[in-house]
Amino acid sequence: MGFEPKIVAFLCNWCAYSGADLAGVSRLQYPPNMIPIRVMCSGRVDPQFVLEAFKNGADGVFIGGCHTPGDCHYVVGNFKAFKRVVMLKKMLAQLGIEPERLRIEWVSASEGRKFAEVSKEFVEQVRSLGPLNYGKREKA
Amino acid sequence: MARIGVFVCHCGINIAGVVDVEKVVEEISKYPDVVHAEHYKYMCSDPGQNLIVNAIKEKRLDGVVVAACSPNMHETTFRNACERAGLNRYRCEMANIREQSSWVHADEPEKATEKAIQILQVTVEKVKLNSELKEAAVPVTKRCLVIGGGIAGIQAALDVADAGYEVILVEKTPSIGGHMAQLSETFPTLDCSQCILTPKMVAVSRHPNIKLMTYAEVVDVKGFVGNFKVKIHQKARYVTSDCNICGKCEEVCPVIAPNEFDRNLSPRKAIYLPFPQAVPARYTIDTNHCLGLNPLVCGKCKEVCEAKAIDYDMRDEEIEVDVGAIIVATGYELFPKEKIGEYGYGVYPDVIDGLEFERLLSASGPTGGEVVRPSDGKVPKVVAFIQCTASRDPDSYMPYCSKICCMYTAKHAMLYKHHVHDGKAYVFYIDIRAGGKDYEEFVKRAMEEERITYIRGKVSKVFRRGDKMVVWGSDTLSGEFVELEADLVVLASAIVPIPDTKKVANLLKIPVDENSFLKEAHPKLRPVETLVQGVYICGAAHGPKDIPETVAQASGASSKAIAILSGKELYHEPTTAEVNMDACSGCRVCVNLCPFSAITFNETTHTVEINEILCEGCGTCVAACPTGALKLRNMTDKQIFNMIRAALSGGD
Repeated sequence: MGFEPKIVAFLCNWCAYSGADLAGVSRLQYPPNMIPIRVMCSGRVDPQFVLEAFKNGADGVFIGGCHTPGDCHYVVGNFKAFKRVVMLKKMLAQLGIEPERLRIEWVSASEGRKFAEVSKEFVEQVRSLGPLNYGKREKA
Repeated sequence: MARIGVFVCHCGINIAGVVDVEKVVEEISKYPDVVHAEHYKYMCSDPGQNLIVNAIKEKRLDGVVVAACSPNMHETTFRNACERAGLNRYRCEMANIREQSSWVHADEPEKATEKAIQILQVTVEKVKLNSELKEAAVPVTKRCLVIGGGIAGIQAALDVADAGYEVILVEKTPSIGGHMAQLSETFPTLDCSQCILTPKMVAVSRHPNIKLMTYAEVVDVKGFVGNFKVKIHQKARYVTSDCNICGKCEEVCPVIAPNEFDRNLSPRKAIYLPFPQAVPARYTIDTNHCLGLNPLVCGKCKEVCEAKAIDYDMRDEEIEVDVGAIIVATGYELFPKEKIGEYGYGVYPDVIDGLEFERLLSASGPTGGEVVRPSDGKVPKVVAFIQCTASRDPDSYMPYCSKICCMYTAKHAMLYKHHVHDGKAYVFYIDIRAGGKDYEEFVKRAMEEERITYIRGKVSKVFRRGDKMVVWGSDTLSGEFVELEADLVVLASAIVPIPDTKKVANLLKIPVDENSFLKEAHPKLRPVETLVQGVYICGAAHGPKDIPETVAQASGASSKAIAILSGKELYHEPTTAEVNMDACSGCRVCVNLCPFSAITFNETTHTVEINEILCEGCGTCVAACPTGALKLRNMTDKQIFNMIRAALSGGD
C-alpha cells in the first residue's frame, strides 16, 4: 500500500469550516486524509499546536481561515494566523521540516469548491514530500 | 474519569450508506472514558433524542458526543436534549461525520469510516475536558440610539418608538430629512418626495417616545450590547425652542452665505431655516458666517425677534445617554466634484450633479421649479446626462455600481421633458440596470414614450465652446464617435459614504468595507447586523440603495434592535477567554490583539482583565499569551493538544 499522508486541519468556524460543510452539501469529493479540528478563529491556532501535530506524527498541517482583509468574523484574526504561519515556516525549516508541509488558505463559507480543490492539492503536495516520521526520528 | 456517551446517527442513508456505523460504534466503545455507544437511524428525531436523554439518566453520562451532521446544523437541538436530561449543555458536542466524511468520501467507504472514527475520537477528547458553563445574563437599557436623520434613520426611529421603546435620534445638521428632502420627485411613481417625507418628519417630532437631537454628533461610545454609554455633542444653535419661524430675523440679517440645502445654487442668510418644512421648525445661526453673535457688532436678528428666541450666550454641550442598542444610518454623499477633472465639473457652472439638478427641478428649489442653466439663467434646450460618473471605474474612481443612477437619470430626463417640452435629452450609459419593481417599465417609458435619446457609450471629455458645453463620447452600438453640443450637462456621480462614516465606525468598532461603506455581519443572512452585537446598520451608509430598499432595511434594523430591547436580560456565550491572574506577567501583548477591546490592563494588580460580555471567544489572545495565563473556555490548549493526538492516533 502506498503512503497515505496524515494531516491535521484547523478550520475556522465561520469560513473554512463552513466552506468544508458546503463541499459536503455539494457532494464534492476529496481525499480523506485531513482530520478537521474546528476552532472559532484561525487566530486561535497557537504555533505550538502546529509543532505538536508534527511531533505526534502529522505529515502536514493545514490552517483554513477567512479571506483577508475584512472577512474575518473577529475582524483581524486571520492576519494574526498568517503572521504566525510566516514565522512557523522559517522555524520548521530550521527543524528540518519542509515548510511546504504547512499551508494556510483562505476559504469563505461560500467556497465549497475551493475547499475541495485545496484539500486535494495539499494532500498531493504532502504525499510527494513523503512521510515525515518526526516523532519516530526523535525517538530513534 | 469521565463518563462519555456516543450517539452515531445514520441520517437515513446519508451517513450509513457510506460509513459503517456499526464498526464506528464498536471501535469508539473501546476508547477510554466512553461508557456508552449506540447508533440510530435519525438521532435528531424525537425517538432519537429520547435515546440520548434516557442514556444520560440510566448510564449517568457526564458528557455526550453526537456523531451526525455539522454542529452548525443541529448543535442546538442536541444541547437542548441534553439539558432536558439534566446535563449541562456545554458538555455536549457534535462530531461532523456527514458533511466532512460520508458526503465527501462516498467512493471510499472504508476510509470514510476510519475518518469518522478519528473525528469522533477528537470530539470525545474535547468533551472530556469541557467545563459546565452558564450563559452570563446582563440587564438591558431599554432605549435605542439612531445616528442619522435621513429617511433611513427616520424610519428606524419611528419603528422602534412605535414598538414602545425610547429613541434618541441624533442628526448632524439642523434638520432631519436628509437627501430625500432635497429630491423633487421619486422614481418610478413620480411621487413628490417632500410630500411623502414630511409627514414622517413631523411624526418624529411629535412622537412621545422620540427625543430628537439635531445639530448634534455622537463623539464617544463605550460599553456593550444592552449597556452602551454614548456621549453626544450638542452644538449651540443660538435660537431657543421659543422660535416661531416668523422669518423676520432672516429678513434683516445682512450676511449672505451659500445655501447647502440648494447645493449652493442659491444664497441664504447667516441665520437660516434649512428649508421650509424643516424639523425642528427652528432657525439656526451659522457661526461661520455670522458677524459675531454680538449686539455691538450686529445684533439685528435679536432686535427684531418678537419671540425673544435668540440667545447669543448659548454654548455647546456634551450630553451622556445610556442606550441598549444603536442603529447607524449616516447616509451618503455624491462623489466630490473637484475630483472629476475630465468632465469639467466644478470648472463650468453648467456641468452639475444629480442633486443639483433635483434642486433645479424642485418647486421649493432656487428657481421655483424652473429648469434653467446656472451660468446665464437661460432655459437649456439640449441636456446631456452622463451615467456612471466615477462609478464602475476601478482604475480611476469607484469600482462599484452606484445602483440608483440609471433610475434617477431616467427620471431626470423625463422631468426635464415635462418642464421643457421642446427640449432634447440625451443619456449616455454603459448599460441600464433597472432591477426593481416597476423600474424596467419606467426606463422603457423614458426611452419609448418620452422620446429621450439613449446613447450606449462612455463620455471621454466635456468642454466649453462659446456658450455651449461640448460632450465627446462614443456610441458603442454604431462604433462611431459622438460630439454633442448641449446647454447643460448633468452627471450621475457615484454615491460614496459620508466622510464621517469611518469616524462613526471607529467609535462603534464596526468594520467598513474597502469602499468605506459600513460592513454587515453576513452579506446574505445578516444584512442589517454588524459584528458588534447591538449595533445595526441601514440605508446608504451600508451601500448605494434606493428609498424602498432603505426603508425596508431600516425596518429590519429596528426589528433587530427591538429584539434586544424587548428582552429582560441578554445572554452571552460563555465560551470566552479567562485570565489566570497568578500567571499573567502584565506584558499586554493580548490587549492590542483584541478586536473588541475586551481586555484591559489593571494598573493596580499589573495583570490584564477580561470583560466576558465584550469577549467574543475567538481565542486570538490565548494563542499569543507567552505565559499561558489566558485560557479559552472549552477550547483550552490542553484540550487542543489532546485533540491533535487523537487525530493522529491509529493506523500507520
